[in-house]
Amino acid sequence: MTIQFIAIGTSLGGLEALEVLLAGLPKNFPVPVAIVQHRHKSSDDKLRVALQEYSALVVTEPQDKEEIVPGYIYLAPADYHLMIEVTSDAVREPSFSLCVDAAVTYARPSIDVLFETAADTYAERLIAVLLTGANHDGMQGMRKIKARGGKTVVQEPSTAACPIMPEAAIAAGVADKVLPLADIAPYLVKMCNF
Amino acid sequence: MLREQLEDIEIQLLLEGIHRYYGFDFRNYALASLKRRIWKIIRAESLTSISGLQEKVLHDPECMERFLCSLSVNVTTMFRDPNFFLMFRKKVVPILRTYPFIRVWHAGCSSGEEVYSLAILLQEEGLYHRCRLYATDINEMVLKKAKAGIYPLDAMQYYTQNYLQAGGKKAFSEYYTSAYEHAIFSSYLKENIIFSQHNLVIDNSFNEFNIILCRNVLIYFNRFLQQRVFNLFHESLVQFGILGLGRQETMKFTPHEQDYEQLEGGEKFYRRIR
Repeated sequence: MTIQFIAIGTSLGGLEALEVLLAGLPKNFPVPVAIVQHRHKSSDDKLRVALQEYSALVVTEPQDKEEIVPGYIYLAPADYHLMIEVTSDAVREPSFSLCVDAAVTYARPSIDVLFETAADTYAERLIAVLLTGANHDGMQGMRKIKARGGKTVVQEPSTAACPIMPEAAIAAGVADKVLPLADIAPYLVKMCNF
Repeated sequence: MLREQLEDIEIQLLLEGIHRYYGFDFRNYALASLKRRIWKIIRAESLTSISGLQEKVLHDPECMERFLCSLSVNVTTMFRDPNFFLMFRKKVVPILRTYPFIRVWHAGCSSGEEVYSLAILLQEEGLYHRCRLYATDINEMVLKKAKAGIYPLDAMQYYTQNYLQAGGKKAFSEYYTSAYEHAIFSSYLKENIIFSQHNLVIDNSFNEFNIILCRNVLIYFNRFLQQRVFNLFHESLVQFGILGLGRQETMKFTPHEQDYEQLEGGEKFYRRIR
């Protein structure tokens, strides 16, 4: 099954982990990537700019209803949940959708929200990656992704700045693969280049 | 059949039933957030399926009331996204100064925090006495709160920071008196505000405006419904009138894209040019 979407979630220590991961994705990477990084609600453009430094792909914060296309790294905007939905029954093109609903697992943007809506849209054509962090966000989302046939990758906790989030996912039994940080990007490239 | 397709069918049936029986039309709301909130209600009602919720909502009007409350999103703060209000001061106020009388429509005003923010800003810029602010929302309960203009006192510290970042010129505490853990906003701020119920999904234009603000409301609608609302706003704006949207909302990719130009400053202020 062709992978059509990659969703990445991270919290505490995420910037350093994302640097390594994004640097490992080549310019011709064929699958769109969305990232939820927990951050303060009044954060500005700095995270996007920082991530762009390390990526050969374009890093952007999506607008509501923006179409999802390969060649882009989509970063969840501060203070919005980032979701994926299909336009309508007639046009089943996935697009981004944003909302300002209450925080989920204390976070907005929440990793669970991205993962769960991605699972609905992409089912088995999805890979989710959970990186370093200090809470349990992402675990429920990974459970749903697995239930819908998608693949889940968790950062090997010993390589994480904060192991709590990866450990939570592993303990919940929702990790298909546990990989050291350095091996995650090569794994994604292998899975997506057919 | 896939599980998610069945879920979509159940949601359509639920929304169709509510529309036909109660008249509330959520059929063109954005699906991803709607689905999440529907499941939240299902858990709160101790049910297990969307069809179960449909049965309860259609047979129990009180459950319908709770459904309506849970579906309406009322997240707002004073001087929310302070840079938006700062840009309003810098880029929009100079345009408004050229009008003898200014009609403002704040669509989806929720509990009113942003309307009072605007009233304060216009007051400080010496324009408030020539303004009429129409603040509308679909939800009558939040409109009551908005009319009262009374907010929890413990929010004021955060609102004061926002106010200052938005270019506030005074001590924020001048605008309210505190009593019983609440901040009561001065009644003169309300003088030129008209609060009323308006449903963007079905209601029509009710006036012609120099400026329309509608922030983080359209994200809850699908493209079809967004289109309806953009048409409604277009009909309701004067030539060179201004539409202010939420930070991640855009007129790009809409049929009205060519009819507007975005003001400089990075915020979502669109000026109608044709």
